[in-house]
Amino acid sequence: MEFISFLNLVFVAPFVDMVSFPIFFAEVVIAGVLTGIMYSLVALGFVLIFKASGVFNFAQGAMVLFAALTLVGLMELGVPVLAALLGAVAVMTVLAFAVERFMLRHLINQDDIILFMATIGLTFLIQGFGEMVWGSNVKALDIGIPSESFEVGGILLNEFDLFAAGSGAVLVAVLAVFFHYTRIGRALRAVADDHQAAMAVGIPLKTIWVTVWSVAGFVGLVAGIMWGAKSGVQFSLSLIALKALPVLILGGFTSVPGAIVGGLIIGVGEKIAEIYWGPLVGGAIENWFAYMLALVFLLFRPQGLFGERIIERV
Amino acid sequence: MLRNLVLAMLGAVVGVTGVVATTPAQAEGEQFFPMLVYRTGAYAPSGIPIANGFRDYYTMINNRDGGINGVTITFEECETEYNTKLGVECYEKLKNKGPTGASLINPFSTGITYQLIPKAAVDEIPILSMGYGRTAAADGRVFEWVFNFPTTYWSQASAFIRYVAQQEGGVDKLKGKKIAHVYHNSAYGKEANPTLEALAEKYGYELTLLAVDHPGQEQKATWLQIRRAKPDWVFLSGWGVMNQVAVKEAAAIKYPMDHFVGNWWSGSDADVIPAGAGAKGYKSATFHSPKSDFGVHADILKHVYGGDVAKAKRNSFGEVLYNRTIVNAMFAVEAVRTAQGKYGNRPLTGAEVRWGLENFDLTEARLKELGMEGFTRPVKVSCADHETGGPILIQQWDGAKWNIVSDWVQPISEVVRPMIEKAAAAYAAENNITPRSC
Repeated sequence: MEFISFLNLVFVAPFVDMVSFPIFFAEVVIAGVLTGIMYSLVALGFVLIFKASGVFNFAQGAMVLFAALTLVGLMELGVPVLAALLGAVAVMTVLAFAVERFMLRHLINQDDIILFMATIGLTFLIQGFGEMVWGSNVKALDIGIPSESFEVGGILLNEFDLFAAGSGAVLVAVLAVFFHYTRIGRALRAVADDHQAAMAVGIPLKTIWVTVWSVAGFVGLVAGIMWGAKSGVQFSLSLIALKALPVLILGGFTSVPGAIVGGLIIGVGEKIAEIYWGPLVGGAIENWFAYMLALVFLLFRPQGLFGERIIERV
Repeated sequence: MLRNLVLAMLGAVVGVTGVVATTPAQAEGEQFFPMLVYRTGAYAPSGIPIANGFRDYYTMINNRDGGINGVTITFEECETEYNTKLGVECYEKLKNKGPTGASLINPFSTGITYQLIPKAAVDEIPILSMGYGRTAAADGRVFEWVFNFPTTYWSQASAFIRYVAQQEGGVDKLKGKKIAHVYHNSAYGKEANPTLEALAEKYGYELTLLAVDHPGQEQKATWLQIRRAKPDWVFLSGWGVMNQVAVKEAAAIKYPMDHFVGNWWSGSDADVIPAGAGAKGYKSATFHSPKSDFGVHADILKHVYGGDVAKAKRNSFGEVLYNRTIVNAMFAVEAVRTAQGKYGNRPLTGAEVRWGLENFDLTEARLKELGMEGFTRPVKVSCADHETGGPILIQQWDGAKWNIVSDWVQPISEVVRPMIEKAAAAYAAENNITPRSC
């Protein structure tokens, strides 16, 4: 009897709930979509650098934090919003130059794991430097994005969430075009395939790396603005990277569209799981559920939904 | 050449910081206070005002009075990042410093407190977990070395329910009401649950428990459940970024903010500022004033900052968590002073300070002498009661500052104290502790 009750709670009641209250279910799905795009924003930074250098950039979360800290720090110094945005982009570009000059240049053709370890070191360096320069206090970030909530057909929407989702969608579209239809985009992909081969055909490796780390810094800034406006700019922004990992696993490390589709699946999946199945086990399941969902996908597509299938022959 | 220069500079930095880090605790004739702080990491925005408050109060006592009855206070910070493992390492690193070892330890983390409770009894260093940690430690018969006055999570949760009853027009009005508890999915966040559940059974309100995983940066699912359940009141036990996001999400779903009450770790300045105007009306529990115009503040400004208000403000002066630590540091200093009354004006051991804590009697008159009249309330500890069953205040954010909006709200002791004694007895049985006779 208890077993039947358990089966009902797990396999029947949640679906009955979804069908019985379709407006609430729609609200959950929309919230998942909007959150998923926010995850995609963070995941994009990882994808960019992985595509261009084959490096899993562990420091991407720290770059999100550092970019947002720089922006809000400049604004606190009295710099107008637009100038502060440009200043933050400039600082992230300088960071890209520094990473290439002092780190990547010395690690050409090293094993991937060496590059990965280097980015772990870079994480702590950026976090520490950012806190040293801008402090560890919470900083409110308001660049004028509206944040009023309103209802459409009983579904509550928030202007800020819509704006963030729109920005993310535009950014993804621009980057997808950039990678597929521009010379530098093709060069980036060539570098990702083989550093030495790319250099042999005249692709300037250092320029490519600076470019891609700068773009990843810009993407980090956009992600930092969106997440920072929700919670204030503070150290925990760097932990957002943990939310991007299942998105990457699912979407594939080399696909810009994969990052967005992966983000949507993770965003919607974790919200539905938390709300309809979370209460059965005391809640707070969305963090690990996202990873579980990604791992299930891995069983069927190890390269992720849109990742490149790599076949290495011995 | 460049490499050598860099290495030389690194060596110099390490050498200098080593000296700076160890000097304060070396001299004889000094009372040593270890400070477990988190100035970095995800919880730094809360940890910084806490660390600054301790530092400033101890410094003020030294500069104004020449220490505690002439015994200079020394202290040393150790960075825990609010990480339990690092906290235990810091405790081990600092416990034997100073001429008599650590006077007492303020873990400022429930997780760290849980780990230190068995160690404290062995090392004979009292723990002062003021308003956090293991609630059952309020039973001094079992937890001889742990003090959690002036109040605990369980008392706070029950006082919150009493406050709700007051606002609704009486305890009988609680029946059928919906109350949600949004909590940090950790030992700390879960502390209030047993009390809220026991009171739900007693008064007939419907309780919804909603856990949020560390760090709490993303809470949409939680607040969608709140929007659906439409609770009459929401109680928040958050910490760090979880608080800021919760306040922002509550505003986003248009939850009535004056029915949204945080616990005393969810009501700092940092918790409401990122939400902007949306945070207006949000409430939280507290056990001291949020203001900074008391005599003790004037003394800190004068003796620590030389009257430089701007510099003091940059060091969190007057913020809620800073003020709370002023209360905590005062408790520590007055406990030593109490113990000196028995053992003499000299550096005291942890065991002697423990006596001071157990015989702690902070009167209204003493608060006035300390420049804290009206800042917090008198406290009298006893052998059996290490909590003192303290009441709480409710403060409310008006968009610019916190204001006290209630009288002292008493906990529901007839429910809470038996729960404490039962939990303490269970702990004693598990750990082969024979309770003291008090």
